Amino acid sequence: MRDTIILLAGQFAQMMLVLLIAPLITGIIRRVKARFMRRKGAPVWQPYVDLSKLLRKESVIAENASWLFRSAPYAVFAFAWVAAALVPSFAAGLMFNWAADVVALVALLGAGRAILALAGMDIGTSFGGIGSSREMMIATLAEPALLLVFLTLALMAGSTRLPEIAGHFISTPPTVRISLALALVAFVIVALAENARIPVDNPATHLELTMVHEAMVLEYSGRHLAMIEFAAQLKIVTYLALIACLFVPWGMAPANAGPFAWFAGLLAWASKLCLGAVLLGAWEVSIAKMRVFRLPDFLGIAFVFAFLAILMAFVTRAVL
Amino acid sequence: MFAAYDIAHLLAGLMLVTGFAMLYQDRISAVLTTFAVQAILLSCAVAWQAVAQNRPHLFITAALALGLKGLVIPYALRRMVLKLGMHREVEQVVGVAKAFILGLCLTALSFMLVLRVTVKADVFTREGLAMALAIILIALLMMITRRNAVTQIVGFMSLENGLILAATGARGMPLVVEVSVAFSVLIALFVFGVFVFRIRERFDSVDIEALDQVRGDQR
Amino acid sequence: MNLSIALVIAIPLVGAAILALVPGYRISAAGNVLAMLATFAAGVSLIFAPKGASDYFILDEVNILFIILNTLVGLTTSVFSASYIGHEIETGKLTPTLVRFYHAMFLGMMGAMNLALTANNIGLLWVGLELATLITVVMVGIYRTPAAIEAAWKYFILGSVGISLAFFGTILIYLAGQAALGEGLPAMTWSKLLESAAQLDPALVNLAFVFLLVGYGTKIGLAPMHAWLPDAHSEGPTPISAVLSGLLLNIALYALLRFKMIAAANPGAINPGPILVVMGLVSLIFAAFMLYMRRDIKRLFAYSSIEHMGLITFAFGMGGPLANFAGLLHMAMHSLTKSAIFFAVGHVAQAKGTQRMEDIRGLSVSHPGLAIGLAAGVIAIAGLPPFGVFMSEFLILTTTFARQPWLAVLVAFGLLVGFGALLWRLQEMIFGEPSEPSHKVEASYAPLLVHLALVLMAGLYLPGPVVTWFTRAAELLK
Repeated sequence: MRDTIILLAGQFAQMMLVLLIAPLITGIIRRVKARFMRRKGAPVWQPYVDLSKLLRKESVIAENASWLFRSAPYAVFAFAWVAAALVPSFAAGLMFNWAADVVALVALLGAGRAILALAGMDIGTSFGGIGSSREMMIATLAEPALLLVFLTLALMAGSTRLPEIAGHFISTPPTVRISLALALVAFVIVALAENARIPVDNPATHLELTMVHEAMVLEYSGRHLAMIEFAAQLKIVTYLALIACLFVPWGMAPANAGPFAWFAGLLAWASKLCLGAVLLGAWEVSIAKMRVFRLPDFLGIAFVFAFLAILMAFVTRAVL
Repeated sequence: MFAAYDIAHLLAGLMLVTGFAMLYQDRISAVLTTFAVQAILLSCAVAWQAVAQNRPHLFITAALALGLKGLVIPYALRRMVLKLGMHREVEQVVGVAKAFILGLCLTALSFMLVLRVTVKADVFTREGLAMALAIILIALLMMITRRNAVTQIVGFMSLENGLILAATGARGMPLVVEVSVAFSVLIALFVFGVFVFRIRERFDSVDIEALDQVRGDQR
Repeated sequence: MNLSIALVIAIPLVGAAILALVPGYRISAAGNVLAMLATFAAGVSLIFAPKGASDYFILDEVNILFIILNTLVGLTTSVFSASYIGHEIETGKLTPTLVRFYHAMFLGMMGAMNLALTANNIGLLWVGLELATLITVVMVGIYRTPAAIEAAWKYFILGSVGISLAFFGTILIYLAGQAALGEGLPAMTWSKLLESAAQLDPALVNLAFVFLLVGYGTKIGLAPMHAWLPDAHSEGPTPISAVLSGLLLNIALYALLRFKMIAAANPGAINPGPILVVMGLVSLIFAAFMLYMRRDIKRLFAYSSIEHMGLITFAFGMGGPLANFAGLLHMAMHSLTKSAIFFAVGHVAQAKGTQRMEDIRGLSVSHPGLAIGLAAGVIAIAGLPPFGVFMSEFLILTTTFARQPWLAVLVAFGLLVGFGALLWRLQEMIFGEPSEPSHKVEASYAPLLVHLALVLMAGLYLPGPVVTWFTRAAELLK
């Protein structure tokens, strides 16, 4: 009984933790980018301020908007939050760990994306439409790759549940596995596409020709926009946490380790996330955005790498 | 044992990835660079086999791969490509996406085929052979999808990389070094042929009917 | 390794090295003939050499037969080359340096072929065949016209891909052997592989045979891997066309047969016979129809070579002593006849200054000697009595008819289609008003006569010892 309470508390802590840390990660990314561009940049807590400002502002809604347009931000936020909270962060074996299944995760992320795309088309402006169509094009290319990456890891670990995959990689001696390397590359490409980062999309621009994600949410304002921005920040955390959990799981507290081991895990997790944010910022300033028509090739690489990863994992499994 | 396998697997896998990278490149100079990387990886893989199987004479093959195919030939071809002004984009018969999908199918096919057939062989052989067949088929695909003499040479050399990988992976196979030398001669001749005859474009396709028309042999 | 084997390989190779250094194309031509004469003598002496197998070399009835045929055609072609290539210098198509080079290469190619034929090590077999291919590539492109370079390039690419796939098959055979015979040399020794063929892993043997079939099949010119063959034949010098059709295709077939024997001796592996039967039949019928569309005289006979290689492959695919006997005989007859035809065609093309059949008319009026030679050759290859090709085709048909009547009908159909095309083209070229231009040609009829006489003799009467030899070889092939 006591254990259950602790685990439930841990799970609750994780849910709150991702909410707390998400704006900070975005702030770090922006700060890093600014510093690389020789600008001073906003302080890292700026996203918190932005969010609270947006929450206080009035939400302007187009006349022909339906209920879908109004409810979509909350749904998107909910899906993003659940997804972020499910990825094991500081400890394995928390209360809802049984639900942290990779296939479920892909479904959650996909559902949020689909709702947002619908909302983008709801008003009937051309920007929303073009944003949604591009978003869906990217999604159709990225999601198979994402699933393949997850299946590769599942094949290697013998389970589709995140804590068990992480546990498998912690317990086996570290080896050089090309499948893992390829899967990581594919995953990073997918993550860049899904989070609308450079070179797939530029989160900081509202240029008609190039924007994808921003075009889709152009009609939102006020608390609706706050929800959507928060969801996007949560999504970045989800992907960074996934990389931390799947590819560098060391430092995570094992199941039934108790609350005291959690603090060490928490420290490790937070530093991994911050490192990821810094790397992402550095990556974004060092390359240019791609033309939209090159995107299928770029995401095709992710698919090919993920496919090769699973094939090679298969070879290793069959041979050894 | 496991570490030995991991390194062999890593190198062979990277060679396969470079094979796909060659399918992706659309400029001749980029194809040449990618090929050089593959040759250097091959040289590492062969050297690793020389250590793992304790067959020092395989180092000759590794050195040949590194020196000739990793450095000299890419350099020579690059110079010639620049001189002939053909460093622009390469005409492709099928698009990158289709080529990738075909390549993945071929890779899956070769893995399935080799792993099923070589159940009794040892780990290195099975792994090496599976990867090698995939590399060979990808190289063939590249030769088919590109209509340019230089990329065809590169495709052939890549095919040969796969063969050398397979031959060194087969434990204790005699004549491997000799064969690799013979291949090097062959490739030198290829390059020589391009140099001497200045073959710019390869003549459309291997479809003989198309060629018959060139020859005044049409119906 | 006994002395005769050493001589058969070493004489041409050493000769090639010497000729490459000797200035003067007349001396090289003479040297080429002399070296080939010595090689032929060494080849004939193999009849009396002890049979057996070492780690690297093997001598049995089958390859002695191939070697004698190889060196004989090589000898006559070298005689033909001497006169033919001289004419090419006069017309300015070749420079004396290139001719010298040509003769040296010719010997090198013969040496490589003999190496492939005597090899017991499957890697060595591969090396010999690759070397021979490479040299022929250079010789196909020797005129350096755009068409010749194109043909050489295509031959190069397709031949190399084929030979690479064959090498992969060789590796697979080694792996199969490795499990049964242990690591190292024995697992690459053909005779040992054959002895323990039953213990080889059938799945590996199957996969290996597929690669070897595609690889060496490309070099045999089996449809649909034949694309290089017509170009290489039509754009190279005619002696090389003769050697390609008469010899190199045979040697690739020889290599495939060696592996077929291993696959056939393995009870678990797929039976290679039916595969060869199908591929042979497809090549035969396909090439027979393609004959009608040809306009270039050398391409016409190149397609005829595809047709006949198909027939030979078909015969070996049928298997059994009688079909193998017929296949071997047909192979010998085809080599002799086809090279004779190319000798005649070479002179015809020189006389008329073109290879286009439309522009070759009325040979019987302008060049009666050549016309008779060409007509005799074409009649022989079309399978009319009393030539040896008739004999061998008849044998193939009867033995097939006894076992698989339907297949025999198909074979007969293909042969008749090809027959029609050849005779139609022949009468167009021989009869009618002589076309212009028309040069005088000092043809050397000796090689042509020798070949046709041998084919005629085989058609009328095969001496007892020859029959015995072919029978024994056929039994070895199983």
